[in-house]
Amino acid sequence: MSLKTAALRAHVASALATRVASPFEYRDRPAVETVPAGIHSVDFLTGGFPRGSLTEIYGPPCSGRTSLLISALASRTSASEVCALVDARDAFDPISAEAAGVKLKHLLWVRCRNVDQALRSTDLLIQGGGFGLIALDFGDTPAQVVRYVPLQVWFRFRRAVESTPTILVVLEQESNAKTCASLVLKLRMQAARWSRASGTAEEILPPHSPGCLLDGAQSHAEMIRSRAKREGNRLIRDEEIFMGAGGSGADFETEAMEIYSHALPGMHSSGGGPGKR
Amino acid sequence: MHYPACTVREEGPEKGEESFQSLFLSAGLPMAFASIFVPNFILQAVVRAEPALREHALALIDGNPPLCSVVAINEKAAQSGIELGMTKMNAAQFASLEMRPRSRPQEKIAHAVLLDIGWSVSPRIEDTAQDAIVLDLSGLTHLFGAEKDIGAHLVQRSCECGLLSNVAIASNVDTALIAARGFKGITVIPLGQESKSLGDLPVGVLFPSAETAETLSRWGVRTCAAFAGLPVLQLSERLGQEGVRLHALARGATSRSFAIAEPGHFFEEEMELDDAVEELDPLSFLLGRLLDQLCVRLAARSLAAASLRVRFELQPAFENALDVRKEMFRRIDPPGVYERELRLSVPARDSKMLLKLLRLRLQSNPPGAPIHKIVLAAESARPRSTQGGLFLPSFPDPEKLELTIARIANVVGEGNVGSPSLVDTWRPGEFQMRRFLTPMESAEAASSDSGAIHPRRQRDNFKARASVRFFRPPVPATLELNAGCPTRVFFQGLRGEVLAASGPWRTSGDWWRDDPWQQDEWDLEIHFHSSSAARDPVAALRADCGLYRFYYDALRGSWFVRGIYD
Repeated sequence: MSLKTAALRAHVASALATRVASPFEYRDRPAVETVPAGIHSVDFLTGGFPRGSLTEIYGPPCSGRTSLLISALASRTSASEVCALVDARDAFDPISAEAAGVKLKHLLWVRCRNVDQALRSTDLLIQGGGFGLIALDFGDTPAQVVRYVPLQVWFRFRRAVESTPTILVVLEQESNAKTCASLVLKLRMQAARWSRASGTAEEILPPHSPGCLLDGAQSHAEMIRSRAKREGNRLIRDEEIFMGAGGSGADFETEAMEIYSHALPGMHSSGGGPGKR
Repeated sequence: MHYPACTVREEGPEKGEESFQSLFLSAGLPMAFASIFVPNFILQAVVRAEPALREHALALIDGNPPLCSVVAINEKAAQSGIELGMTKMNAAQFASLEMRPRSRPQEKIAHAVLLDIGWSVSPRIEDTAQDAIVLDLSGLTHLFGAEKDIGAHLVQRSCECGLLSNVAIASNVDTALIAARGFKGITVIPLGQESKSLGDLPVGVLFPSAETAETLSRWGVRTCAAFAGLPVLQLSERLGQEGVRLHALARGATSRSFAIAEPGHFFEEEMELDDAVEELDPLSFLLGRLLDQLCVRLAARSLAAASLRVRFELQPAFENALDVRKEMFRRIDPPGVYERELRLSVPARDSKMLLKLLRLRLQSNPPGAPIHKIVLAAESARPRSTQGGLFLPSFPDPEKLELTIARIANVVGEGNVGSPSLVDTWRPGEFQMRRFLTPMESAEAASSDSGAIHPRRQRDNFKARASVRFFRPPVPATLELNAGCPTRVFFQGLRGEVLAASGPWRTSGDWWRDDPWQQDEWDLEIHFHSSSAARDPVAALRADCGLYRFYYDALRGSWFVRGIYD
């Protein structure tokens, strides 16, 4: 290092002494704390949902967005964390959520009627603090309505969850949070899976025969953006945004729940129902 | 608020005498009693509800109009020349005098406060009179220190509760009571010094009957010492049993059993307003004052509020009053009452937090008319005592969460925030909204949910459950059927072909109720036509295919879309 450079560095260091302790020393970038979303392939792809960040899941209806969100809620509530779901269109189904493993006692459900109510409720929940995961569900809200949410709202949410252990997940039909989101996942449905009645040749069964049962669906998750960078065995926060490229996707399957799995112990079937659909 | 400094009067042992405590111990009598007396009780009860009056000359008026007279005055009023028994008209001539009617409800509350002060120190108290109680201090010196410290503690506690009181501690109940009535501040009377200590007090503190008082006055007996000096036998011949009893009281030599009062767990404060309040801000100010008083009482008893009940007596609206005048024969209804209960998920006694919760509740459900009386009652419970673990996940602070939920309820409506719970029915989509509790509060909290993921969930991680998004209310749909199976669907401006169908899953129930149900459910995989998506910009974002749950309502004869697999 030349004498001139060293003098310059010393000058800069002395000028910044009151504000920055050692401006030219290497500082380790903070590790990103992530939690599993509950779906192995998605966790492998993303490393989990980052805490203290905004995660965006978007895609058309039937793309598996809600299944991924419910899986994340099940994962967090199983770990005794308190979660909140702000439901902008009152679309949450507690029965299928409980079947998916969500502990409903640990879930605060806010049933809203419009976007404004949902945003205000989310803001209050973030300010309240202490939640492991807060989900904002705009899944059924028309995309053009969510598009009108000002960008500063997303900035505000991002700043509010920073330095907290809360994961803020937003579910939409298209991405709106832009750079405020640390992780953006795009989902789409690949195929529905149907099973046929046992002992029946699949090819001779009509497509909507009463004998066929809905097994589930196969979805594809694509990581569009992530601020976390894999460095060895850990994820670190990176200022550069990783943009998803071809191959940065993961397939996952969802299985249809057993019908009436919400039946409480000791209940007797009065209406009767099939075992599975 | 300014309170006069309390004077501590200790009837200490003279030279050569043993100390108070050692006397008690040497005599083997660890019994001591403290009496709390609130002088000018009916006036203090009113001042407690309106502390600003403490700075003014104040007179209380009582009686049936027009024969109202002054029944209580404070020192400033006495200095101004006001006297007890003056008529209201006479008292009104003093410009600087504040006049208030005597308030029996406030006296009742002040008495409850006095009992709370007693229970804050000792579990054994006697409810002797409206303005005086007696505490059993056995064993309390280990907790509060010497008797003098207990007295100071009681005076301080009563100041906090808005009552200025005298405290006297003695070895027997009656001596403590007489000393509290007779001496200002804190008085400690050692064992064996009772007669001497009470000697200077006028005989009036013994509450003789009018006849006896007149006799004593004629005899020239003015003080307890003079009365105690009279021979008992001759006194008995002249004044009968009453004379003997009063003589024993004057000597501090009575012995009687201690009647223990049952501790109450209901706390109530009320305020009657001269001018009705219509707006929330002034109402909050008044509620805040009541809540402060309520929380001080709860804190004195080491309790917290499990629920708050607010009751407003409303004035009839102006329009209604006009109607009443117009309709001469119409019966005048009693004033309206507005009642709300605020149940807290965790017992709390933070008055600011409780005020915020009450404000939010009142904002969402405001009373429909001006308020002229406020009654605030708290149901008490033990305060929350939990200790978090280092390795447990953090939870929202229960008090803060309560406030957050109340604020959200103000935005989305009361029944739209909470914890969902499934109900014991087969009716599709049925659930209940329950009050949300953090795991720390719910009974099952700690051991079972220690953070470990259940093995079954670990296995299920690889395959998530398909979740359903509900349409509330269900969307009407039109279906084309072929041999009983859906082939085409039309809903929300969309048209689609059925690729695969599973059903019908027939369910019915509740036929014995007003709202029975009978449905055929179908799971349909639908391929939407591109033309319909092109017309509708919302539909343009839809995927070509979707998995939907439809049902045929047999009772209404219509098809509906229940939800979508997502």
